[in-house]
Amino acid sequence: MSRTAFVNARLIDPASGYDEKGNLLVEDGMIADLGSQLFSDGLPDGVEVVDCGGKVLAPGLIDCRVFTGEPGAEHRETLALSSKAAAAGGVTTMIVMPNTDPVIDDVALVDFIERRARDTAIVNVHTMAALTKGLHGDQMTEIGLLRDAGAVGFTDGVKAVANAQLMRRVLSYAAHVGALVVQHAEEPALATGVMNESELAGRLGLAGTPAISETIMIERDLRLLELTGGRYHVSQISCEASVDIIRRAKTRGLPVTCGVSAAHLQLNENDVQSYRTFFKLSPPLRAEQDRLALVAGLADGTIDVIVSSHDPQDPEVKRRPFAEANFGAIGLETLLPAGLALVHNGDLPLGRLLAALTCIPSDLLGLGRGRLVTGLPADLVLIDTEVPWRLDPANLKSISKNTPFEDRLFQGRALRTMVGGRTVYVHGEDAGR
Amino acid sequence: MTSADKQPAPLFPHRHLLGIEGLSPSDITSLLDLADTYVEQNRQVDKKGNVLRGRTQINLFFEASTRTQSSFELAGKRLGADVMNMSVSSSSVKKGETLIDTAVTLNAMHPDLIIIRHQNSGAVELLSQKVSCAVINAGDGAHEHPTQALLDALTIRRRKGRLEGLRVAICGDILHSRVARSNILLLNAMGARVRVVGPPTLMPVGIERLGVEVFHDMKKGLEGVDIVMMLRLQLERMAGSYVPSQREYFHFYGLDYSKLAHAKPDALVMHPGPMNRGVEIDSAVADDIDRSLIREQVEMGVAVRMAVLDALSRNLPNELPLSGGRS
Repeated sequence: MSRTAFVNARLIDPASGYDEKGNLLVEDGMIADLGSQLFSDGLPDGVEVVDCGGKVLAPGLIDCRVFTGEPGAEHRETLALSSKAAAAGGVTTMIVMPNTDPVIDDVALVDFIERRARDTAIVNVHTMAALTKGLHGDQMTEIGLLRDAGAVGFTDGVKAVANAQLMRRVLSYAAHVGALVVQHAEEPALATGVMNESELAGRLGLAGTPAISETIMIERDLRLLELTGGRYHVSQISCEASVDIIRRAKTRGLPVTCGVSAAHLQLNENDVQSYRTFFKLSPPLRAEQDRLALVAGLADGTIDVIVSSHDPQDPEVKRRPFAEANFGAIGLETLLPAGLALVHNGDLPLGRLLAALTCIPSDLLGLGRGRLVTGLPADLVLIDTEVPWRLDPANLKSISKNTPFEDRLFQGRALRTMVGGRTVYVHGEDAGR
Repeated sequence: MTSADKQPAPLFPHRHLLGIEGLSPSDITSLLDLADTYVEQNRQVDKKGNVLRGRTQINLFFEASTRTQSSFELAGKRLGADVMNMSVSSSSVKKGETLIDTAVTLNAMHPDLIIIRHQNSGAVELLSQKVSCAVINAGDGAHEHPTQALLDALTIRRRKGRLEGLRVAICGDILHSRVARSNILLLNAMGARVRVVGPPTLMPVGIERLGVEVFHDMKKGLEGVDIVMMLRLQLERMAGSYVPSQREYFHFYGLDYSKLAHAKPDALVMHPGPMNRGVEIDSAVADDIDRSLIREQVEMGVAVRMAVLDALSRNLPNELPLSGGRS
């Protein structure tokens, strides 16, 4: 029987708002007990003791949007390597996207991911399966069977379901099965650019993707959702108008949720200056006004979850002229620090940040994690919210180094990560498998 | 490290010419003044100079171009450089990494000047980061074409005596035009008043924030202008995707005498070439020796490129590093 005692911690359970100094006991991979009175009679014998030094002990982070290269592009990153990056970022559960080769659109492939993750990954891995076969956008996948096989949501990942008729049927069918439909909201006919459509795109001579490509798709889907019911989630929103649309839809009681990437909360289109392809994202980084609206939308609960949109890309597809380079940036290791920057700016309370990274995504996907509650698996992260550091890509666990935060100064990071009672990361030590 | 001794402030304080953006009015004036001297030299029987003697110039064109490439070639040869032309058709090479590989390979041959044209915006800047010689942008995507803007400015300045205060209308496909962007930047920097004229579908979003007046009605746009600068419209963009047809485009945006009549009586007409006669410009206007500067632009092109090559070469090191190797 393995037991770990976290002592002298600031325990934060975002779901309940609990935030107290105290101790926490992990036994056999589960949270056995916690509170300020725990161990008041002394520590039990034979436990490993972790002195938290007053730092924050919170539920491990849940990242709803992670791309890995497995299967098909293992040179970019495997599940095992992505999971090491996740552990180093305090992420204890990552949800991987179906945009692999082959596409995760079949029960056997969900099973493959689950087995590979079980055998090689050091954090929890769940799969979002494809909404349409081969991501081609014309035939729905076996939503019920895939859900039974373990898929926690359905999405075409970096592709939108553009066909309105199919989307209506998918929403309707998924509603009956109780599955979550996740849209990449970009009207493809309008989203033909490589950055935000703006004065800057004009100056740089780059084709722009306008914000309306996103809002048109969300508004269309919300109309469909009114007809069908069910659960609809926008994987990432990027602009002020989308925040307004989602806010109004929630006020009307529509079953809609949405996410935002940490990059979109920290960066804007001006970072693209001089054609830096690590800032080429989909949806694109938009204007500062949009970024501010996203931060406000997160603070007031319009935006439900923060994702990393971790997307490893190798130099061969990034060291290209901007128009030819691939989209995507890594983000597992910067998810928490980028979020903490908002807390340090006074944009939102720490509890709200952690909720968007723990209990809310857990509830959205039905994971039954993301809380400091006795009897739940011990997925924990010890966070130093204050320590200043500079991001050096060489120190990242990700083998692909396409981070938009190169040389960025951060304040705060994960110090120790535990998944199911097993310590998978200790800052300063290589505690990986 | 000692190459700066005895040298006064450089004529042109930049290592590369990647665009008009970032150039000061005095940088531009210096280049135009130098180009004026080359105009005279080019009109002599003996056109040969030697300021680039011993230098190697590579023209690396990823996009086909007859006139720009030959203009750069002639400019280099008239200054005494050894000039090599490389045309890399985009279909025959794999995109992307080959681009950087090509640059690294060429760099190992110790060129002093590389002139690059590429179909993608930002590609020339990317390559400039991978080589140790001076790089001149001969057009990158829809971004910039600085030597075209300089030759246009030289042409205007020689005819009108100044740039400041002139009204210039740039007409046509602004959206896809690197010539338009470089000209807007240069003319604004030199104090001209710039208008852009074209259908809304061929205007970049936020173009007015570059400091131009936007007109969709060509007659109004040409009202009182000193210079009418026409742009080329690629024919495939006229088949219904951006404008309905060639016929409709010429009707509303083709330059003919009736539209030109709205400009000042002494207004002059320019075109960067190659022209689509009868599509964006009427043949009679293009060939009107009293109004059209189109052939003069070609002559100025050689002089301006000589000036740019000369100015950049003055910033090149005159000695190889002692180790003999470039890292």
